[in-house]
Order: sequence, then C-alpha cells, then structure tokens
Amino acid sequence: MQNKNKTLWKVIGASSLGTLIEWYDFFIFGSLSVVLSTKFFPADNPTAAFLSTLATFAAGFVVRPFGALFFGRLGDLIGRKYTFMVTLMLMGGATFLIGCTPSYESIGFLAPLIVLVLRLLQGLALGGEYGGAATYVAEHSPEGERGYWTSWIQTTATFGLFISLVVILLTRLFLSESQFDEWGWRIPFVLSIFMVFVSYLIRKNMDESPEFTKAKAEGKTAKNPLKESFGNIYNLKYVLLALFGAAMGQGVVWYTGQFYSMSFMKTVMFLHTDQADLILGIALLLGTPFFVVFGRLSDKVGRKWVMLAGMLLAICTYRPIYACMYQLTNIQTKTERLDLRAVETSFVKHGDSHNRVTRTSKTFTDGTEVTQAVTTQITEANNPILKDGMPQESSRTTVFLKGSNYALLVGLIFIQIIYITLVYGPIAAFLVEIFPVKIRYTSMSLPYHIGNGIFGGLLPAVSTYLASNAQTKGQSDFYLSGLWYPIIVASICFVIGSIYITKTMTANQIK
Amino acid sequence: MGNIKKILGMVWIILALLTAYFSIFYFGLPKLRTGQQEDLVFGLIILFILTPIVSVGLAIFGYFALKGEYANDKM
Repeated sequence: MQNKNKTLWKVIGASSLGTLIEWYDFFIFGSLSVVLSTKFFPADNPTAAFLSTLATFAAGFVVRPFGALFFGRLGDLIGRKYTFMVTLMLMGGATFLIGCTPSYESIGFLAPLIVLVLRLLQGLALGGEYGGAATYVAEHSPEGERGYWTSWIQTTATFGLFISLVVILLTRLFLSESQFDEWGWRIPFVLSIFMVFVSYLIRKNMDESPEFTKAKAEGKTAKNPLKESFGNIYNLKYVLLALFGAAMGQGVVWYTGQFYSMSFMKTVMFLHTDQADLILGIALLLGTPFFVVFGRLSDKVGRKWVMLAGMLLAICTYRPIYACMYQLTNIQTKTERLDLRAVETSFVKHGDSHNRVTRTSKTFTDGTEVTQAVTTQITEANNPILKDGMPQESSRTTVFLKGSNYALLVGLIFIQIIYITLVYGPIAAFLVEIFPVKIRYTSMSLPYHIGNGIFGGLLPAVSTYLASNAQTKGQSDFYLSGLWYPIIVASICFVIGSIYITKTMTANQIK
Repeated sequence: MGNIKKILGMVWIILALLTAYFSIFYFGLPKLRTGQQEDLVFGLIILFILTPIVSVGLAIFGYFALKGEYANDKM
C-alpha cells in the first residue's frame, strides 16, 4: 500500500509539475500583454494590431479545442505518456522562442508573425496537455479516490497563474523600469525552458498508464478515436452532456473568479495594478488547497453536487459580491480628510508636445487613498491647447485600499476562488469517469477546452460588451451588467447538470 | 424524471435557436460592420466558432433529450 502511494505521488508530481509549467507559459503571455504589444504589435500599425487581436483571441478560443482533438487522438492511439511529453516540449519551446524573438523595431512584420505562430502553438499544446495529465493521473488512481488524486492536477491552473504573477513581480523588483522594458520582460519566457527541461527529465522515467497499457495489450485501443468519440451517438451524447451540464458552467465560474475579478478591480474599481495583482495572488494562494478538499469530498458524496453547488453559489451571489466590491472604492460614499489633500503639478515634454500633469491626492477617513492625475496638453507658454474650444485632457484615477477594506476585498475574491475550487476540483475525475479508456483522452479534452476556451474565454469580451451597453443606456448599476453572461451560462448548465447527470452514467464507463 | 428530461429537450432546441439569433444579429454581424479590426476578429469568432458550437451542439443535445437518449435506462 505504501509503495503504491509512493508511486502515485511520483505520478502526481511528474504530471502536475509539467501541467503547472504549461499553465505558467500560457499565462505569462497574457500577464505581459501590455509590454508585448509595444514590442511586437505597435498600435499605430493596423496589420500588427490585427495580428495582436488574432494572437489574443485565436490561441484561447480556436486553437485549444483543435489541440484537444489533435493530441487527444494521438493520446488514445499511441499512449498518454508520450503525448503529454510532446505537448510539454511544444509549449516550452514556443514560450522560450517568444522570449528570444527580435522586436518589431528590429525585424518588422516578421516579429508579430513569429509571435502569433508561437502563441498558436502554445494554445495547441495546452489543448493537448490537460486531458493527458488528468487521464494519466486518473488511470493510476485507485477506484473511489480519483477525485482526490486528480484534484492535484486541478491546482495547477490556478497555481500556474500565481507563479506567473510572482515571477513577473520578482523580475520587476530586481530590475529598473527601463531594464524591464528593454530586456527584462524576456526573462519569464526564457526561464520556461529550464523548468520544462526539469519536468521532461522527471516525466521521461514514468511508466505508461496501467489502464492504457492493459487496453493496448488486449488490442482494445481505438482505431479511429475521433470517429468513435464523436461519430458514435452513444458517446456523443456524453460529450454534449459533459459540455452543457458541467464544463461550460465551470468555464465561466473559473474565468469570472480569476480574470473578470482582476479586470474589475483594475478598470472599474480603479485599484492600483500592483495592489490588484497582490490581492488576487493572496486569494489564489489561500484558495488553492481547497481544490484538493473538494476533490476528496467528491469521492465521498459524488462529483455532481459538489460541482453544481459551486455553480449555484456563484449564480446567487455574484451580483452582491461585485456590488460590495464596487462600494469599497466608491468615493461618493466616503468622507475625505481635507487636511491631508495634496496637489502637485509637473511638466512633461514628449518630443514637440508639452504636457502638464496635475496630481491630486485625497485621503478618506477609512484610509482609502485616491490619486487623480489630469494630463493637459499645453503650449510652450503653458496655455492649454484647445480643440473645438475644449482643452485636451485625459484623466487617470488610482485607488489604494487599506485596513479592513483591503481585507474585505481579499475575502470577496477568496470566496470566488472557493467557487472555482468547488466546480473545478472534481471535474477532471468526472470527465475521466464518463468516458471509456480507449477514447478517454479525445472525448474528455474537447468538452473541457470548449467549456473553458470558448465559454470561459469569451467572458471578458461579452461581459465588457454588456457593461458598456448598460452604461450607454444610463443604468446606474451598469458595472454589474457584465455578470449576466456568467450567471445565465452557469444557470443553464446547473439545470442541465442537475437533471441529466446521473450516477449510473459514470458507473457504466469506469469498468 | 424521464418525461421532464424529454420535455426539456424542446426547451434546449428553442434555446439553441434563440442563441443562434442573438449571436448572429446582436453580437456577430454588428461587430463586422464597425470597421474596427478587433471587432472584426471578435465578430468572426462569434459567427463561425461560437454560434455553430453552441447552437448546433445545444440543438443536438435537445434532440437527444427529446428522443429519450438521456433516460436512466440508456445511460
């Protein structure tokens, strides 16, 4: 028993480390997107900007499901181990090369084109990796404990995001702003190759999954996994149920908690970027162990209601949570300490243009600090430049929270991370268990990546659209309108999941 | 429960049609007409990736439900 557990821990370690690195690789592109856009995708060049949009959307939406199909098929044909070794190398290689690609200034259009291709390869690799790792771990796990053991794989996505934030934060800490902007941003990308190499060495010595080895020895592997997965009505109905009854709800809850919350803090609450990143980082760190807690719980009480409980809680509480978050930085409801107000003016010269920056710092009785910087374009004689009779001004507000407000915001984000752990902790075991060994990799990867890549990945764009529409119509709570997308999608998923998912559907397949 | 599953099959098919309508006429086509490249990519993804997957997928799911494929004895 002890030896068996030791082997299992080795399997978990090898699989989780690789998957963690893949998520890290995938997220640093997003986390460094502002720097990357200045290096590879200059906004004043329409073609480069177009390639940038493609890189952002295509890698997440289009390529991930294709990766799931391509590598899923390979995994069901030649084995799990070799396939997720390939995805690991592909991801690591692509990430490393992004860090080495010369900028747009050096090689022109070739730069954004190379980065786009490498980003697509990242999406392809991610599409193949997750299903492989989850299947590999599940097929090593004893029956009745799959939820617990696969939940370790589930921690990697959240932890990967956390590590990417930490590596970027540390790189910024040790370098000056100009050093980071010049070459320092490449470090997180280049670093990936070392991590991938270590993970490769560990994975190389692992054995193939016992269930796949047995199926192969008995000649029971699939001849055409794609046809058997999606061309067979009996299996297709499970794929559709996995997508509409579990993965799509999980995808929107996951993206709301980790990405919509971050964007909300930065663009609606105007929280300082570093503070928003730190708050999310703390909540992620505190919440990550709960993947394992709920994975274990799903072994005891079943996967279905643990996942659906997470969705239901999210549906019922997202609006109050975000309303509360909004109020934390709403200065209309706060009292300013006028004795602490400070105003300073500075002048900045950019080429031929002159700017006057007036910075007003306000402190409120609850400790909240707000800095409003108004930049005005001026002439050399310090007169505002007028356009249509109006001065050319732009304003930027930054809020710092302190004390109990800070702790409350961490708590509110933490609650959303708990919802993620409820829906995401057991889902790998759930997906693995509803499909038979011979087409498991292919069948489970597609609904997972459609649920996350498409339903979840579209969340920022759709939610922003809904919120800006509501703002145009003059709705006072427009900042909550973006939540309708995750709430509606999760509600439909909840109804489908609660009615159609049955205990027997997994029991039939596990054998 | 078996009957509820079947009746809801119709609901999923109607929802699939509604999703297709809103995706095409509220999200997809208007985005193509703004003239901005970012909107163009978003509109194309809505029209050619999201709509087919969601609408066709949900419609097939509804059809299977209506046919009784999700009845307990068939799972």
